Parts: sequence; C-alpha cells; structure tokens
Amino acid sequence: MWQDLSGKIVLDWLGFSGRLGDALHFFLYDTVKIWFLLIAIIFAVSFLRTWFNTEKVRAYLAGKREFTGNVLAALFGIITPFCTCSAIPLFLGFLQARIPIGVTFSFLISAPLNNEIAIAMLFSLFGWKITAIYIGFGLAVAILGGWLIGRFNVEKYVLISVPPLSGDIELPTYTPSLKERISEAWNNTRDIFRKIYLWVMVGVGVGAWFHGYVPAEFIAQYAGGDAWYAVPIAVLMGIPMYASAAGVMPLVEVLTQKGMMLGSALSFMMAVTALSLPEAIILKQILHIRLIALFFAIIGAGIMGIGFLFNTIL
Amino acid sequence: MKIEILGTGCTKCKALEEATKQAVAQSGKFAQIEKVEDIMKIMEYGVMSTPGLVIDGKVVSTGKLLSVNEIIELIKTH
Repeated sequence: MWQDLSGKIVLDWLGFSGRLGDALHFFLYDTVKIWFLLIAIIFAVSFLRTWFNTEKVRAYLAGKREFTGNVLAALFGIITPFCTCSAIPLFLGFLQARIPIGVTFSFLISAPLNNEIAIAMLFSLFGWKITAIYIGFGLAVAILGGWLIGRFNVEKYVLISVPPLSGDIELPTYTPSLKERISEAWNNTRDIFRKIYLWVMVGVGVGAWFHGYVPAEFIAQYAGGDAWYAVPIAVLMGIPMYASAAGVMPLVEVLTQKGMMLGSALSFMMAVTALSLPEAIILKQILHIRLIALFFAIIGAGIMGIGFLFNTIL
Repeated sequence: MKIEILGTGCTKCKALEEATKQAVAQSGKFAQIEKVEDIMKIMEYGVMSTPGLVIDGKVVSTGKLLSVNEIIELIKTH
C-alpha cells in the first residue's frame, strides 16, 4: 500500500522519472517504512524490558552452574537493557556476585549483539526470518564464546580485585504501574529515535543511490564474490562502526539485493554490533589487553564461521 | 538529607544530577547532593545499571533518568 502511494507521490505528483525517480521512490519508501517499524519495534522491546533489570538478572544468575549459566546469560542479554557506558559496573557487579567470568562474557556478548536498534533494523529491512537467524546464531556465539573464554585461566587478567557482595543488598522493590511502564518505554523510544533517525536517512540515501545508479555487476565484483577473504574483510570493516548500526544496515540490504552474499552480510552486521571498539576501550580500564584480545579473537572467529557457513550452504 | 547520584560519567548520569538539583530546589527541602563516580563505591551499593539515585544511604532508583517530578516525589516520601 505504502509502496504504491510513495510511488505515486514521487513519480506522478512530483513528476520524477527514470533512474532519479527510481532512487527517490526507493528513498521515500524505505525511510518512512523503516522509521515507522523502528518506532513500533523499539517501543515493544523497551516496554518488555521494564520488567527486567541487570540487578535482578545478577541475582538470578548467581550460583548457576557454568554451562547453564552461559545459556541463561545469553538469553537474558536479549531482554535486558544494556548500554556500553555501563559495561564496567556490569562486569564488576557480576564478578562481585561470584558469577564465573565466562558466564559474564556470555552476557556481555549477547547484550550489545541483540540491542533493540539492531533487532528493529534487521526486522524492518530483512523480515523475521533473517532476524531469527541473526538472533539464533548470535546466541550460539555468545554461549559458546563465553564458555570458551571461561576455559582459559583469565581471572588473573582482571586488573581490579573485586570483593564479594557483603550481606544482602537492598534494592528498590517498587513495582511501576502499567501507565509508568508505557511512559518509560515511550521516553526510551523517543531518545533512541532522536539519536538514529538521521543515520537511517543517510544510510537509506546512500542505499538509494546504489539502488538507482550502481550496477549490480560492480557490487558483485567488489563486495559480493565468494572469494575466501570476503568474510574476514566484512568482519574487520564492522569493528569501528558500532555507533552507526542504524545507518549501515540499510546499505547492507541494498548490497545483498545487488549480489553481496548473505553470509558476508550477516558476519558484517554481527561484527558491527558485537565487536564494539568503544566497549573494548571502556573495558580496557579494568581488563588486561590480553583478555580483550582473546575476547575479540573468539567472537571474531565465531562470526566468521557463521559467514563461511552461510556463504557455503546458500 | 543526603542525596547521592551514582554514575561513571554517562550522559544520563549528568542529566540525572541536573534534574536532582532542580528537584531539590523546587521541593524546598535542604539536601546535600553528591555525585559518586568511584566505581567501587557504586558497587558497594549493589548498583550495576547507572545512573543510580541514593537517598540517605538507600538505593531508590537504578538505570533510569528520572524526571524532576519523580525525584520530588521520592524526596517527599523519604
């Protein structure tokens, strides 16, 4: 419906035609569609999240056995609100409750990977199937990656000694009303939307230009090939792009339409969210560089594995 | 009354400090406001999602940027 209407606006009413009309139609259609879906999905996720917080998750995870703990931590990572800026209190807080370091990493991998912006962008651009694949394999990387980190003796690489929790901690027990939950979710949605709506426009804009002007052969030649190095390059390129996930994903959509292989695209998007440079820099304050390197190496290898797997079977 | 804002320097933490100052001014109560940036002190309160708000040693909110009115409400009930 919106596809027809946006086509009518650009082609009939404004009188554009040819490649320019095509690109403008794509731009208008995609921007408005993504904005609308972003608001709806971020609101839904934020609303669900008002029932969870990291303090509750910590209390629940404390004392769980290791592998079970990894699975639960990765699952909680989807639904718990997380901000890179609170990575340090979170990491230390988990260790304080004597949660194993591998379980802590499972959470720390899953939470940014499954952030609400990434899920909303994936869903609005690629549909539920790719979103489910992304979340499913993301969980696998978080569970196995965290478990593997736990196998190395890395406790010595935590640079601060964390005393155990002393006594019971009294946390606010106040339960918000439905109205308060809705208003909190709406405030969060508005904050996030304000931060990313321009990025979406820029991303879709460049995508629209690709869509209208850049021939598929060109993209297939440089980004699409099934050459072995396509996946590692995609992962490396994803590392510095954490802040701009909202702008990068519309581009990836166009690239896949024009022949980029889905495995490379998945690897790239996971690298954008899971291997975050700002997070590494923040964690550097409390972790030895070797542990951060191990963390990046294991996650990077896992993400590349997923890319190769999909490029081979699809 | 002593109000502490727990936060390591994220934008929300600074915004909460501002909102708390306004709330105290509007509530007409006398309160000492302190920003706690030392991570070990924040940990002692058991708070992991910053910003946290502490009134007279009791954690009243975590991970949320409260509005001025919400803070006034919390100040009144303590």
